[in-house]
Amino acid sequence: MLKIENLEVYYGGIHALKGITLEVPENKIVTLVGANGAGKSTTLRAISGLVSPSAGRITFKGEDITGKKTVDIVKGGITLIPEGRRIFANLTVLENLKMGAYARKDKEEIKKDMGKIFELFPRLKEREWQQAGTLSGGEQQMLAIGRALMSRPQLLMMDEPSLGLAPLLVKEVFNIIQDIYNQGMTILLIEQNAAAALQIADYGYVLETGRIVLEGPGKELADNDEVRRAYLGKA
Amino acid sequence: MTLETFLQNIANGISLGSLYALIAIGYTMVYGIIRLINFAHADLLMVASYAAFYGILVFALPWWVSFLLAIVITTILGISIEKIAYRPLRDAPRISALISAIGVSFLLENLGIVLLGARPKPFPRPEEVVWNIHLGGISFLSLAIIIPVITLVLLIAVNLIVNKTNVGIAMRAVSRDFETASLMAVDVNKVVVTTFAVGSGLAAVGGIMWSLQYPQIDPLMGVFPGLKCFIAAVMGGIGSVPGAMIGGFILGMGEVMLVGLMPELSGYRDAFAFVVLILILLFKPGGILGEHVVEKV
Ligand SMILES: Nc1ncnc2c1ncn2[C@@H]1O[C@H](COP(=O)(O)OP(=O)(O)OP(=O)(O)O)[C@@H](O)[C@H]1O
Ligand SMILES: [Mg+2]
Repeated sequence: MLKIENLEVYYGGIHALKGITLEVPENKIVTLVGANGAGKSTTLRAISGLVSPSAGRITFKGEDITGKKTVDIVKGGITLIPEGRRIFANLTVLENLKMGAYARKDKEEIKKDMGKIFELFPRLKEREWQQAGTLSGGEQQMLAIGRALMSRPQLLMMDEPSLGLAPLLVKEVFNIIQDIYNQGMTILLIEQNAAAALQIADYGYVLETGRIVLEGPGKELADNDEVRRAYLGKA
Repeated sequence: MTLETFLQNIANGISLGSLYALIAIGYTMVYGIIRLINFAHADLLMVASYAAFYGILVFALPWWVSFLLAIVITTILGISIEKIAYRPLRDAPRISALISAIGVSFLLENLGIVLLGARPKPFPRPEEVVWNIHLGGISFLSLAIIIPVITLVLLIAVNLIVNKTNVGIAMRAVSRDFETASLMAVDVNKVVVTTFAVGSGLAAVGGIMWSLQYPQIDPLMGVFPGLKCFIAAVMGGIGSVPGAMIGGFILGMGEVMLVGLMPELSGYRDAFAFVVLILILLFKPGGILGEHVVEKV
């Protein structure tokens, strides 16, 4: 569904991505793991058109989307839940969700999707009119996921959705990801929490200072000695 | 002070406050969305007034056609200023855009002096718009009713746009976080243009009504009202639309009452704005309705 070939990104003099090649097949969860600063976020930001690559190609459903504007990429079906949630703190929960559906015109369907999201996150329903900035960290993460789903993406990219959440909530977030996936979504997931991510992923890539150093089916990577040592903190 | 003059002062205060409020909204909306103090905003009053002036007196258009055209021209100018002078600097340090804004303001003022002449011109008062009303013992201009009514309608409209429409939600989202808004498929440029259009349109209406109320126009006429309205916006909490409205009314009413109650202080009329501003900021540094969104990270 999504294909990246030899993607390179520079931030000024910093060579953040040094030729990344990866693929996200339809109806799969693919995860990208790696240490801080490896270039995970940069990869997703390049896909969304927030940073422009200096070389390489990104194709989505066969169409070249390299260098396209963010708005068009989102309209084309790729939605990113950015690192740090980035909910609109000055908007209500409901308004945040409406923003997710900004490009859509199908009022009836939007309403239905809103209902589904409130089903998925009953806590958001109770807080419909609350300013999003006053939500707890976990609630904000749910709002960020809900808001992204409101755009009805074909590919959902999540940048560390479990960041800063209590262990119980982390589990909940992973359950939600699994749920969304079971409903037929294609997901590209970044996680610090490599163990959990590799558990639910069909396929995984390990990123190290701008390069992919390992790849394979999620469970296989989870069992790989090198990965276990470097990212799972196990001998 | 007799009851009549007191009522007269109230009416004047409401009118002046209305004008301040209308113009202050442009400052606050633009600041809210691109964190820029749009110094050129003040000069839009002048442009609108001259456009209306030429429409009526030179092109002999009906007054309402001139007024509408003036609003359209001013709106287009406001949008163009954003495109030409601010958009290329959007990712530059904020001070660059600020200097650009001052530049645009000087440019408009000096173009006005060169092209239109520095000498003040009398602004026409169409008799369908400005007439005397006699009520009991007092008499007043129709503008005392027209200005507040038009202002009220426009303020309600702006509040509806900002709070209830999708574009309004997008405006507030963009004002918070450009990048994330674009991840929601919001075309940031379109939202910014809409903001400038609304602000400039209101400034045009404010400018025309200003010139009807004080019927003498010159190329620098926008400077002082602009400064006052900027103060009103800061007083209300810059970035907040209802704040600008409240700030505008406080300032207008306060100024008129100061002069009415203490005529010996009327020389300090313009200083009044600054004193109130300082007092308010001392107690509420963010302004009356300044944003203080709770944020957890
Ligand atoms: N805007 C920027 N300007 C300059 N350098 C940047 C910028 N964003 C990221 N970088 C650099 O690019 C490299 C990759 O950053 P990136 O954010 O993609 O890492 P990451 O894998 O997401 O890390 P983390 O797990 O900490 O989120 C880092 O060395 C970082 O310092
Ligand atoms: Mg990151």
